[in-house]
Amino acid sequence: MFSPLMMNTWIAGSVVAVVAGITGYFAVLRGSTFAAHAIPNGAFAGAAGASLLGINVIWGLAAFAVGGALGIGLLGGEGRGRGARNDVVTALALVVMLGLGGLFVSFGTQYAEETYSLLFGEVFGVSRGEVLPILGLGLVSAAAIGVAFRPLMLTSALPEVAEARGVSTRRADIYFLLVMALATSMTVPVVGALLIFSLMIGPAAAARSVTPRPGTALALSVMIALATVWLSIALSYRTNWPLGFFVGSIGAAFYLIGLTARGMGDRRIRSA
Amino acid sequence: MSELASALLELDGVGVRLGGRQVLSDVSFSLGRGEFTGIIGQNGAGKTTLLRVILGLVEPSGGRVLLDGEPLHGKARGRIGYVPQKLVIDPDMPLRARDVVSLGLDGSRLGFSLPSRRRRELVDRTLDGVGAAGYADARVGELSGGEQQRVLIAHALIGRPRLLLLDEPLANLDLRSEQEIVAVLARLSREHQISVLLSAHDMNPLLGVMDRIVYVAGGRAATGSTDEVVTSAGLSRLYGHHVDVVRVHGRVLVVAGE
Amino acid sequence: MHYLFEPGLFSSGPVGTALLVGAVVAVTSGVIGVFTVLRGQSFAGHSLADVATTGGSGAFLVGINQFWGFLAAGIAAAALMEAIGVQRRRGRDVATGVVLGAALGAAALFLYLGTLRTSTTGASFTVLFGSIFVISPDTVPALLAAGLVALLVVAVLARVLLLTAVSPDLARARGVHVRLAGVAYLAALAVSVSLAAVAIGAVLSTALLIGPPATALRVTKSPGRAMAVSALAGLAATWLGIVLAYDSYYWPPHGHGWPVSFFVVVLVLLGYLLSFARPRRRRPPRSPHEEDDCGPAVSGSQTVLGRTHV
Repeated sequence: MFSPLMMNTWIAGSVVAVVAGITGYFAVLRGSTFAAHAIPNGAFAGAAGASLLGINVIWGLAAFAVGGALGIGLLGGEGRGRGARNDVVTALALVVMLGLGGLFVSFGTQYAEETYSLLFGEVFGVSRGEVLPILGLGLVSAAAIGVAFRPLMLTSALPEVAEARGVSTRRADIYFLLVMALATSMTVPVVGALLIFSLMIGPAAAARSVTPRPGTALALSVMIALATVWLSIALSYRTNWPLGFFVGSIGAAFYLIGLTARGMGDRRIRSA
Repeated sequence: MSELASALLELDGVGVRLGGRQVLSDVSFSLGRGEFTGIIGQNGAGKTTLLRVILGLVEPSGGRVLLDGEPLHGKARGRIGYVPQKLVIDPDMPLRARDVVSLGLDGSRLGFSLPSRRRRELVDRTLDGVGAAGYADARVGELSGGEQQRVLIAHALIGRPRLLLLDEPLANLDLRSEQEIVAVLARLSREHQISVLLSAHDMNPLLGVMDRIVYVAGGRAATGSTDEVVTSAGLSRLYGHHVDVVRVHGRVLVVAGE
Repeated sequence: MHYLFEPGLFSSGPVGTALLVGAVVAVTSGVIGVFTVLRGQSFAGHSLADVATTGGSGAFLVGINQFWGFLAAGIAAAALMEAIGVQRRRGRDVATGVVLGAALGAAALFLYLGTLRTSTTGASFTVLFGSIFVISPDTVPALLAAGLVALLVVAVLARVLLLTAVSPDLARARGVHVRLAGVAYLAALAVSVSLAAVAIGAVLSTALLIGPPATALRVTKSPGRAMAVSALAGLAATWLGIVLAYDSYYWPPHGHGWPVSFFVVVLVLLGYLLSFARPRRRRPPRSPHEEDDCGPAVSGSQTVLGRTHV
């Protein structure tokens, strides 16, 4: 499975895992689980539209993901500070996006296959043409987080303190949403819009269960995501079963392991 | 109250054990028709637990509870009107004040009720009786704390109970609403000869209307009139450490001593 | 009018079936959706929809009608939710999200294996985006029966569910089996989600469970009327969606109609937005210190002298 043909797959998968691990860590920290569901679902329509128009799916993804991110950010923000008022409109808008994606997909001839690959992922079809944009977007996302690491940490963990220190939480919100949009556009082709959540949130939540220390948790999140993707690629290669299945199950498994590890750790501390 | 008239509600040596802890022991008091009794105590003293025992939601570990001379069982519930502490309801909810009160008639029965003029008039009358007629058609989630309390009282009242049981009705209310609710309860109690049993952590709003106080502290309760029960010596005995009772301008303050 | 009712609409068999099933779906979802909002359990609808995806895919793999898969998975999930005690109001959890992710992963597997086994390809689309025009006539009685049963359960529990929504404590004190009623309601919700999944797909089914009820809430205050409005709104969106989908056969790209689910969700959103046209008057919160009375509102100073006269 390490043939030159598969190298694209391993590269793409690894980049996706690293970005998902980093972005997911902040998403869990900020409580942005809603955005992690919403942006990929919105991006699906963009992907389907791009495919219909014959352009690289990633650009469609990026366009709709960024649009969705801005929409969420301007309408009411994300994370724990979200107002509940917009819930119905956002939920319905999301469903309409999915429906729109379904519409675009239905215009093509291979609509079932395309539905499947956009929603559940398709890493083995990653061509050279797609690896480069994925790599590029991955570098940009990582850089974007690296540059804003400290303000992101501050506004995520202690929003009131950040405001007092002159760091705008609103701007941090929108910045982070845009980073998520970027991360989404590169991860969805590999893992699929419906399963992105498992890869972004599962490893990150597992890491946070095990250790609260930010540096360690972030590194652990990336490592767990890498482990998830590598295992998934290997197993998928062996069994021919879809990658998304392994990502979903292994992501959940790591999360449960993280929870039990915390449970046992707590008990040990308590009995000490 | 006359000893000859059988009490509406009687607790005899009631104890409650929760989570391995003896929360209450040997609580005894009785309540006659039309009487107004306050269960007073700090947060966590066991007031709500006591109320839940009377409602039949918690099994006492000892002692007995008699309603109209009979031990508690399912049917007793019809005779007690329960007013819970607070509603956590979205302002958007499609439930008007009159809907909540209407549920007081048959909300625990299966099926659904068809609107009828008699029902509507009864609901209107009950709401008027608690001074809530002005917002009968407002969404319950949009009402203020005091307004919601009145609606809940109307809900309990419409079933013509003999005993109105309120769980901390004055908590979370501003001073004016506190006074208003106490006044409403006192009037209802007088007009309809309904016994009122409520819990509170501050006895001051109730000083003028309580016939009897049940002061809960240290897992036990002292019953009697306010003057009998609320004394430095008496409460110190209950709490198990020294407390001072200070009376200032007609108000009562219980403060921890040295 | 000719452009709305294209030729052959009223004589088409599949359209008739779609209208009938669509009606049952819309009414069931509309009514049960109102209870969902009242109980603050909208997240349960989302979760059941995701689980339905797994169920429908599994049914496809095993070779039975997708509806039974939706239903079985939904009921199982409802029972699990009850066992874990998820009946209380709960926001979207990381834990539920991750578990549902695994469920969706399983759906991916089932669809793949099923496609291999049967070498038919359409299932990935119909499970996710609905199959209301291709419902086989022998499934129709089952669908109708399921909807009626769900409505019946909710009708029988109507008062009890309303009382519990007001205050579970109060309901318990009045002798209501809060937990039992909750389980029955969740089962009815599962049926409703399954029906919606057949009509517009598992992934889009929440639109019919969220949209029409939300629209009704903005327009009326009474629970009974809210259910009626919700059912009507859902019905309008569904029927109009079916008609438009039929008409779209004549639209570009020719010879290939647009999916019903697309129209339905767009119409549901439009309906909700329309309800904003008539702004709801918010009741101004009563300031406790304005209006009448003499002197400072200090507790105790007046009541201690005697009963306060009202």
